[in-house]
Amino acid sequence: MLIRPKAGILDPQGDAVERALPALGFEGVSGVHVGRLVELDVEDAEQLEPMCEKLLANPLVEDYEIEIVGR
Amino acid sequence: MKFGVLQFPGSCDEIDALHAARLVGDAELIWHRDSGLCGADAIIVPGGFSYGDYLRAGAIARFSPAMESVIAFAREGGLVLGICNGFQVLCEAHLLPGALLPNANLRFTFRQVELDVVRADTSFTQACEAGGTLSIPAKHSWGRYHADEPTLRAMDDAGQVVLRYATGHNFNGSVQDIAGVRNEAGNVFGLMPHPEHAVEELTGGSADGLKIFESMRLAVEGALAGGSSRA
Repeated sequence: MLIRPKAGILDPQGDAVERALPALGFEGVSGVHVGRLVELDVEDAEQLEPMCEKLLANPLVEDYEIEIVGR
Repeated sequence: MKFGVLQFPGSCDEIDALHAARLVGDAELIWHRDSGLCGADAIIVPGGFSYGDYLRAGAIARFSPAMESVIAFAREGGLVLGICNGFQVLCEAHLLPGALLPNANLRFTFRQVELDVVRADTSFTQACEAGGTLSIPAKHSWGRYHADEPTLRAMDDAGQVVLRYATGHNFNGSVQDIAGVRNEAGNVFGLMPHPEHAVEELTGGSADGLKIFESMRLAVEGALAGGSSRA
């Protein structure tokens, strides 16, 4: 699961990274957002969405994406 | 009356909350794994770093046995105060609207803040002066209150904003300077600053925080006198 701040919500961590990159010579960077990655093994992939809704993300302020890799 | 003060692994302000509550009534600690609430008339969810703030501040504490009981207690109209991490827990439990996000300055900040009392007619602020201010310490890194526009309008309509940071004191970037909110029914209240640290002039910068606990005592004793079991 990839979890990141919802669009439009101030993301000071992303802003700080965005300001730091040009200092290292990386130009033309914008739209930086810092989120988190939750990896897990699960038998029933149907459980992933309710897991995100109830615990892993806060849907009031965060968006999430679920990526299923292998089996 | 009796306050119950929750204690999670990682709580750090429960002893000050217990002390503050004991200045106006009886108080007892409730361990997070206990689902009985010790017959408390009012609950305090204290500050700290419950469960290490893992995942998001308050996200895991919300599922503790004690919190499940607090949620049921609140739904029956019981008085619940959440301070700092306790405010985060109450938002995660959906007992209060909105969410707390990292401070806009990305720093843990500890300072005395001035709060404007928006409402002095609630179960948590009735001992405050209407239109007055409270001087209370705040110390946190996840205190930026956020709610979306429709929620903020609904909160305004229902009079749910109880405290705002005074001009120049909104160090964490909270939307509309919101420092403390209550639920629509008025029996659940959360704030980021720490009233339990401001109950003695000597150490708290003021004793203004005591007014929050005194208000809760008045609410509980008023309800008991009125024949209703809870405020």
